[in-house]
Amino acid sequence: MIELEGLERRFGDRVALEGITLDVPEGATLAVLGPNGAGKTTLLRVLAGLLRPHGGRVRVAGADLPRERWRIPARVGYLGHDALLYRELSGRENLSYHAELHGVDGDRVEELLAAVGMGRRADEPLRDLSRGMVQRLAVARAVLHDPPLLLLDEPRSHLDPGVGEALEPLIGRGSGRTRVLASHDVDGALDEADLALGLRGGRQAFAGVATAAQARELYR
Amino acid sequence: MIRAARAILVKDLRLELRTKESVPAMTLFTVTVYVLFHFGLDRDTLEGSLASGVLWVTLLLAAVVGVARLFAAEREQGGIDGLLLAPVDRTALFVAKAAALFLFLCAVEIVALPAFALLLLGPDLLEPLPRLLPILLLANAGLAAVGALVAALATATRAPELIMPLLLLPLLVPVLIGAAEASEPLLRDDPVADRLGRWLGLLTLYDVVFVLLSVAVFDYLLED
Repeated sequence: MIELEGLERRFGDRVALEGITLDVPEGATLAVLGPNGAGKTTLLRVLAGLLRPHGGRVRVAGADLPRERWRIPARVGYLGHDALLYRELSGRENLSYHAELHGVDGDRVEELLAAVGMGRRADEPLRDLSRGMVQRLAVARAVLHDPPLLLLDEPRSHLDPGVGEALEPLIGRGSGRTRVLASHDVDGALDEADLALGLRGGRQAFAGVATAAQARELYR
Repeated sequence: MIRAARAILVKDLRLELRTKESVPAMTLFTVTVYVLFHFGLDRDTLEGSLASGVLWVTLLLAAVVGVARLFAAEREQGGIDGLLLAPVDRTALFVAKAAALFLFLCAVEIVALPAFALLLLGPDLLEPLPRLLPILLLANAGLAAVGALVAALATATRAPELIMPLLLLPLLVPVLIGAAEASEPLLRDDPVADRLGRWLGLLTLYDVVFVLLSVAVFDYLLED
């Protein structure tokens, strides 16, 4: 599902990612670990087609990036730090807007509002909702078009523990999707991952099966 | 593309109805500038080229206010990423933003023209109004096309509020010339449609060129 060979990405002269090489098979979960500024978010944005790779070979969901970027949106769901929703619109209006962009019908919006537990407050503008509720709507937005690949950047931030469990069928292992999960929660991420990628200063510290001790080394 | 453009336009109009950020600010700006001209020129009535110049320079500057806010929600709330993550032609964003700005300008002019007539215009506005309408519509289309293009370009820079007017105003000079020249004979005491077709032709040509140019380059403006 994801094949990277020597991926590079720079911001001006600063190297954000360098020499990233890994394979993530279909249905697997990859945990991306590393301290702040290690390149986790940059990696996810490259995989989502939001940033162009500057070097190496990048193949995501059957599309070679950046040449076939247009093929990515239909196959990838991205949940980043920003909810990518409008504060003045309600949850229902926001999801309906994204559904229309993705060519998804309105029933899917109602189904997801119920699944994330936002059915009752779906008509309130986002500015009146808590950060956790907005995050639930962001989860619904990310899976609206039922993508086979999910790119999740700290997906459980701001969520109550019980809510996190309720979202498992959508973004958890039970969703059956290939997942890339960037997280600071080393134990939690390794628990649900099949593979791990350790990043330090934009470089690959390890890739493949990793132990918690190896992962904690990244933060020292 | 049409489906996506419609969705973006409906979203933008809904946001404007909720926030009331652009149209009220543009309208207030326009009326305020007419009041300033009223006192600054120390004249109750204008006609001909002076009336036409005051009318169009003010509307152009009001458009700058609207263009400055055109991509605000996208910039501040991640709307561009949301669009790039959807399987839609990026031209849909240009079409929707230009259509939104066109409608905003029309809404502003519903208030601005009577205010201009009341505060500054000597001749009656009602008589030349039917012939002013095509000038307004063509000028609005040009302002909207160039405004959407420049707003997207400026959004990609570090200081969009500085870059935007510097890029926009020189590009709008042909619209100003065409609209002011076309309006001038209509705003005389004895209005005539002198050389109207020629100036309408210039405005139409400008609109066609900039719509085609914008469609051709808009995709690249959103590239990282």
